[in-house]
Amino acid sequence: MARIAQALLKRLGGMAIVLALVVTVVFIIVRVTPGDPAAVMLGSDATPADIAQLREKMGLDAPLLLQYGQFVLGIVQGDLGQSIFLNQPVTTALAARAEPTFFLTLFSILIAVAIALPVGILSAVKRGTIFDQIVVTLTMVAASVPSFWLGLILIQVFAVGQGWFPASGYGGPETPFLERLHHLVLPAVALGVVNSALITRFTRAAMLDVLGDDYVRTARAKGAGEGRVILKHALKNAMIPIITVIGLSIAMLVAGAVVTETVFGLPGVGNLVVSAVLRRDYPVIQGALLVVAAIYVLINFIVDMLYILVDPRVRL
Amino acid sequence: MTTMASVSMPFASGLRRLFGNRAMLFGAIILAIVILAALLAPWVAPYAPNKLSIINKLKPPSMTNFFGTDEFGRDIFSRAIFAGRISLLVSLGVVVISTVLGVILGVAAGFFRSLDAPISRLLDAMMSFPDILLAIALVAALGPSLTTVILALGITYAPRLARIVRGSTLVLRELPYIEAAVAMGLPTWQILARHVLLNLASPILVQATFVFASAMLAEASLSFLGVGVSTDMPTWGTMLASGREYMNNAPWLMVFPGLAIVFSVLSLQLLGDGLRDLVDPRLAKES
Repeated sequence: MARIAQALLKRLGGMAIVLALVVTVVFIIVRVTPGDPAAVMLGSDATPADIAQLREKMGLDAPLLLQYGQFVLGIVQGDLGQSIFLNQPVTTALAARAEPTFFLTLFSILIAVAIALPVGILSAVKRGTIFDQIVVTLTMVAASVPSFWLGLILIQVFAVGQGWFPASGYGGPETPFLERLHHLVLPAVALGVVNSALITRFTRAAMLDVLGDDYVRTARAKGAGEGRVILKHALKNAMIPIITVIGLSIAMLVAGAVVTETVFGLPGVGNLVVSAVLRRDYPVIQGALLVVAAIYVLINFIVDMLYILVDPRVRL
Repeated sequence: MTTMASVSMPFASGLRRLFGNRAMLFGAIILAIVILAALLAPWVAPYAPNKLSIINKLKPPSMTNFFGTDEFGRDIFSRAIFAGRISLLVSLGVVVISTVLGVILGVAAGFFRSLDAPISRLLDAMMSFPDILLAIALVAALGPSLTTVILALGITYAPRLARIVRGSTLVLRELPYIEAAVAMGLPTWQILARHVLLNLASPILVQATFVFASAMLAEASLSFLGVGVSTDMPTWGTMLASGREYMNNAPWLMVFPGLAIVFSVLSLQLLGDGLRDLVDPRLAKES
C-alpha cells in the first residue's frame, strides 16, 4: 500500500506541474493574437468606445502579469470567463454541450476497443495468414481515412439511403435519452472505426512480443489450453502498451469529435469550439482548450495508475 | 513512451515479412504521382481549377470530366490536382517547422541535463492538447492564412519530433565517441552538429514522414471546418465541405477529394513504416 501511495503522490506532483503549464500555454495562445483581440472580436465596424469597453470587460487593459494572475485565480474558483457572443459563463456553455461529446467519445472508444482487441489478438495468433495480412492492410487504410469523410459516407448510406439513423442533430432535453443516443450511432461508428486502426496495430504488436516469450511456452508445455494461454498468460502481459495506446486514443477521439460533431450537427463541445473560432470568441476557445487538456492529463494519470494494477513490477 | 516505441518495431518488421518492401514501394510510387501531379498541375489538369461552366454543373464522371463536375460546372479532376498543391505545400511547411523546433527542443533536452526536466514537462503540456483543437486555437489567435495554418500545425506537431529526438540524443550522449569528443575539449556546438545531429537523421526522417501524414489529415480537417487556409484555390477539405450539400444527387463530389486524401496519407504511412524498417532499430527503440 505504501508503494502505491508513494507512486500516487509522485504522479500527482507531475500532473500538477503539467496542468500549470497547460494553463500557461492556453493563456499565451490567446495573447499572441496580432493586434487587439477585442478589436478582432468586434469586427471592423466597432467604435473605439466599444473596443475599450470589451477590453475592460475581458481584463485586457491590465498589465500582462496581473491578467495571468486573474486568469489563474478564476480557474481555481471554477470561473473560465464570459462568452462574448453567447452572453453566458464559459463553464455554463461547456456544461450545456458536454453530454453529446461525452457519450460520443465513450461510444467511440468502446467501438474501437471492441473491434481492436479481438482482431488484434487473433491477427497476432494467426500471424502470417491471409487473415493477418488483411488486418494489417485494413488498419493501414483505416488510419489514412479522415473520420469526417467516413462520417459523410455513413450518412449517405445509412441515414439518407437506408433511413436507419438520423443524418444529423441530437434533440433537446425533452427528447428521450435513448433517442438522443440513437443520433450518436453513426458518428460513434465513424470515429470508432478510424481509431480502432491504431489500437489494433498495437494490440497485434504487443501480443506478438509476448507470444514468443518463455512463460508462454512454459504454459503450453504445462498443457494449458490455447485459449487460456492466449488470454491469461499472453494478453495479461501485453496489456501495458495496449492500455497506453487506448489512453492516447482518447485524446485523438476528442480531436476527431471536433470535426465529427460538425459533420453530424451534434451540439457538443467540438461544435462550440468551431463556432467560437469563426466568431473569434476567445474566452470560449480558451476555456474549451483548458478543459479538454485537463481531461487528457487526468486520463493519462489514470492510465499510469492502471499500470500498477496490471503489472505490480512497475515502479513509478 | 518507451513501451510504445518498442512494440511498434515488431509491427514494422511484421509488415516487411508480409509484403517485403512492396508496401513501401507502393507508397513511394503513389506519393511520387501525387507530387508530380501537383508540381505539373497547370499541364496535367485538363481545365483551369476555377473555370466555371454552369451548363455543365453536377455532371457525373465521364470522358470529358474524369471525376465529374461540381455545382458550378468546375472540373473536379482539375480541382483535385490543384488542391494537392496546397495540401503538399502546407504539409511540407509543417514538417520543416516541426522538425526545426523539435530538433532544437529535443537535442537541448537530451543533451543538457539541466534543460531536460523543464523542456520535457513543456512537451507533456503541449501534447495534452488534441492536435486539431490546438491548431484551431492557434489559427483563431493568429488569423486564418496559409502561413498561420502552417505555423499552427508546425507548433502542434513539434513535440512529437522533440520526444523522438530527445530519446535518441539521450542514448547518443552516453556513447563512447561522444564522451571522447567531450573529453578532447571539442566545442559543444561542434559535437552537436557533427556527432549528434548526423546520427539523428534517420529517426528524424522516419518521424517526419509520419508528421507529414498527420499534417495532411489535419489540414484537410481544418479546411473542411472552414478554419483553414483561405485562398481562391481549392483544397481537398474545402471541396468536401462545399460538395456536402450536393452529395445526395452528386456523390462524386464527396468520393474523389476524399480518395485523394486517403491515398496521399496512405502513401506516407507506407513510406514511413518502410523507412522505420530500414533505420537502425536501436535508435528507434529508444524513442
